[in-house]
Amino acid sequence: MKGGHDLGGQLDMGPINPEPESQEPVFHFEWERRVFGLTLATGMLGKWNIDESRHARERQDPLVYVQNSYYENWLEGIETLLVEKGLISADELKQGTATSAQIEQVVSAPSPEVANKILASGAPSTMESDSEPLYSKGERVAVKASEAVGHTRAPKYVQGRTGVVTALLGCHSYPDSNASGVHEGQHLYRVSFAGDDLWESRSEAAEVLIDLWEPYLEASR
Amino acid sequence: MPHDHDHDHTEPPSDLELRVKALESLLVEKGLVKPETLNTIIETYEHKVGPRNGAHVVAKAWVDEEFKQALMNDATEAVANLGYCGRQGEHLEVVENTAEVHNLVVCTLCSCYPWTVLGLPPAWYKSAPYRSRAVSDPHAVLKEFGTELDEQQKIRVWDSTSEMRYLVLPQRPEGTENWSELQLQQLVSRNSMIGVELARSPRQLEEKDK
Repeated sequence: MKGGHDLGGQLDMGPINPEPESQEPVFHFEWERRVFGLTLATGMLGKWNIDESRHARERQDPLVYVQNSYYENWLEGIETLLVEKGLISADELKQGTATSAQIEQVVSAPSPEVANKILASGAPSTMESDSEPLYSKGERVAVKASEAVGHTRAPKYVQGRTGVVTALLGCHSYPDSNASGVHEGQHLYRVSFAGDDLWESRSEAAEVLIDLWEPYLEASR
Repeated sequence: MPHDHDHDHTEPPSDLELRVKALESLLVEKGLVKPETLNTIIETYEHKVGPRNGAHVVAKAWVDEEFKQALMNDATEAVANLGYCGRQGEHLEVVENTAEVHNLVVCTLCSCYPWTVLGLPPAWYKSAPYRSRAVSDPHAVLKEFGTELDEQQKIRVWDSTSEMRYLVLPQRPEGTENWSELQLQQLVSRNSMIGVELARSPRQLEEKDK
């Protein structure tokens, strides 16, 4: 199933209407500022990874995802994860206050100093690999059609299409597994698609380059 | 009757504001979030990490060939040497605009963006209209930003599906031969580093400053 987040190539989403760069604030409302901060702060508790975080936003009803503003989807995502990971109860979320008598914490909230260190060091997604990449530069590959219901980073618009490997990017944490808490590496490739191969009927199509993990791909003639 | 304070108390807080406030106070009450940490995180991305970092990188690449080579070779390391590293910049790659190629960056699946050099993405970058059409109709997207390419320039769209993050190195504008790195930085807009616009021309800079 295609989630509301998988937007590449979707028609009729309306004009972009960008705000002029010099006039756009980083946050438009105070609540957006808080949701951003809360998302990063709770992420630092180490109870979920970036793909679980993305998946929590994507699991919403596709219509709701598209209608929500960006930070509403983030809010939805952390509320879901906080409850699923048992850090708060659904009841507490509803009440807005702690209801369990004793708060059992096996996690500790980072101090500002620790948070700054986490932000400055980042978390590389590269991993060791004990296998050789299956595909090489210049090879034609096809993207498998996916019926998976879980998280994936293979957009629908390239599924079933063929492209050419233009770079091998190393072994990176595989999102489809990572989203269910299983940390495994897979080879990552940059694949180039000719615009004409993606959007048959549309004029002026351009080359699109996408990073795709090995399990998404199969050899093509 | 005149207001003696400037907050708007004619509108009650929206449901959303209340929902976020309730969540924040719950998390603080449960010891899951420290208020001072929350403020540090917000402060960092609202005031410290932003597109001026990227403008520094681009202007330096325009004047310093050795730096540019290092940047094209390993952008993560080259920008770390300027002090820009961390979250959402762990695997950075710079893509260069030339007379033949114009690069455009998007994340169709969410909002992946090189935070270390550009800060947080603008609202339009995260919006459905941009995410849907940047891959299928980039020419029309550029038009919406008022951007016109040379006829021989081909567009190359980068869909950020992995943890690789892409920064566009725009072409250096004409008429800037004797400009210093610091002067050049003013020409490097955030939008030019996403690829929806070109770097400002000296004339556009004059108009902007008026």
